Amino acid sequence: MDILTHFNYWAAIALASIGLYAVVARHNLIKKLIGLSLFQTAVFLLFITIGKVTGGTAPILDSAYSLYSNPLPHVLILTAIVVSVSTLAVGLALAILIKREYGTVEEDEIQAEDSAAGPGPA
Amino acid sequence: MDAEARQGARQGRRAIDLYLNIILLVFVAATGIAAVWLRNLLASAMVLGIYSLLMASLWVVLDAVDVAFTEAAVGAGVTTVLMLLAIALTGRREKRARSRPWAPLAVSLATAGLLVYATLGMPAFGSADAPAQLHVAPYYLRHGEAETGVPNVVTSVLASYRGFDTLGEVTVIFTAGIGVLVLLGSASRRRRNSATPAKGDSA
Repeated sequence: MDILTHFNYWAAIALASIGLYAVVARHNLIKKLIGLSLFQTAVFLLFITIGKVTGGTAPILDSAYSLYSNPLPHVLILTAIVVSVSTLAVGLALAILIKREYGTVEEDEIQAEDSAAGPGPA
Repeated sequence: MDAEARQGARQGRRAIDLYLNIILLVFVAATGIAAVWLRNLLASAMVLGIYSLLMASLWVVLDAVDVAFTEAAVGAGVTTVLMLLAIALTGRREKRARSRPWAPLAVSLATAGLLVYATLGMPAFGSADAPAQLHVAPYYLRHGEAETGVPNVVTSVLASYRGFDTLGEVTVIFTAGIGVLVLLGSASRRRRNSATPAKGDSA
């Protein structure tokens, strides 16, 4: 029974570690951003899970229902989804800029090009 | 007996909700792994769109219908478009890394282990007497409609009780928009500047 009561938390943790792995292990900047958005949705899942009440319904008041899920996490995550998309847009713009300057979005190739150019202003 | 039947139906609905929740989470995890695994970034972006749509279904199961709307529109829609635009400009193939990813794997597994240990102290899924359910949420549910006139409590909290949060959100979006414009605008300007002397050299 313990598995069922904590399954959602563990799924959120699994998604977060998949995202963390992509951010750390993958060298492609676009893939890193995909990992970052996986990590963000893991946090969203954690919050919405905390707000769920068994047998409750969506928090839209109606005389037919008396038990509602917690509306506060929904509000916070609504804001967070929109913020996550705007940060993703900035990240992608940076990746496009790096592609224009370096001709690649692979992290190791960018570092190789930087060390080949040598220290000091280019 | 009628009350008994209703009780049974309610319990059946709860069981279906729980199983739907678990099945959707398994699908979400599978598409998440696929999005990271695939080397073709175009396919990866498509799988990420499916992931977002599955997440939107999961939000409906977890009673967060407003979040589901936003996820379907913004997560599955806008994010996919942004990803496709960026991939069109940066190339769709991801190069294979030369080093074996053991260290990142160990780091993320260790983090996951610590977090799982932390969840053992969390309240059970869906419990109505969890601390999160006892603070301000009952106030919003009880007085929200009388004080704001909106039956959707999420809307009344978003626009009224926590209106400053939404103001902050708009500020972030505005800043991000300006950031993207400055980043991509300055890049095209620099390219034009560097193109002019090159033309002069060849002449």
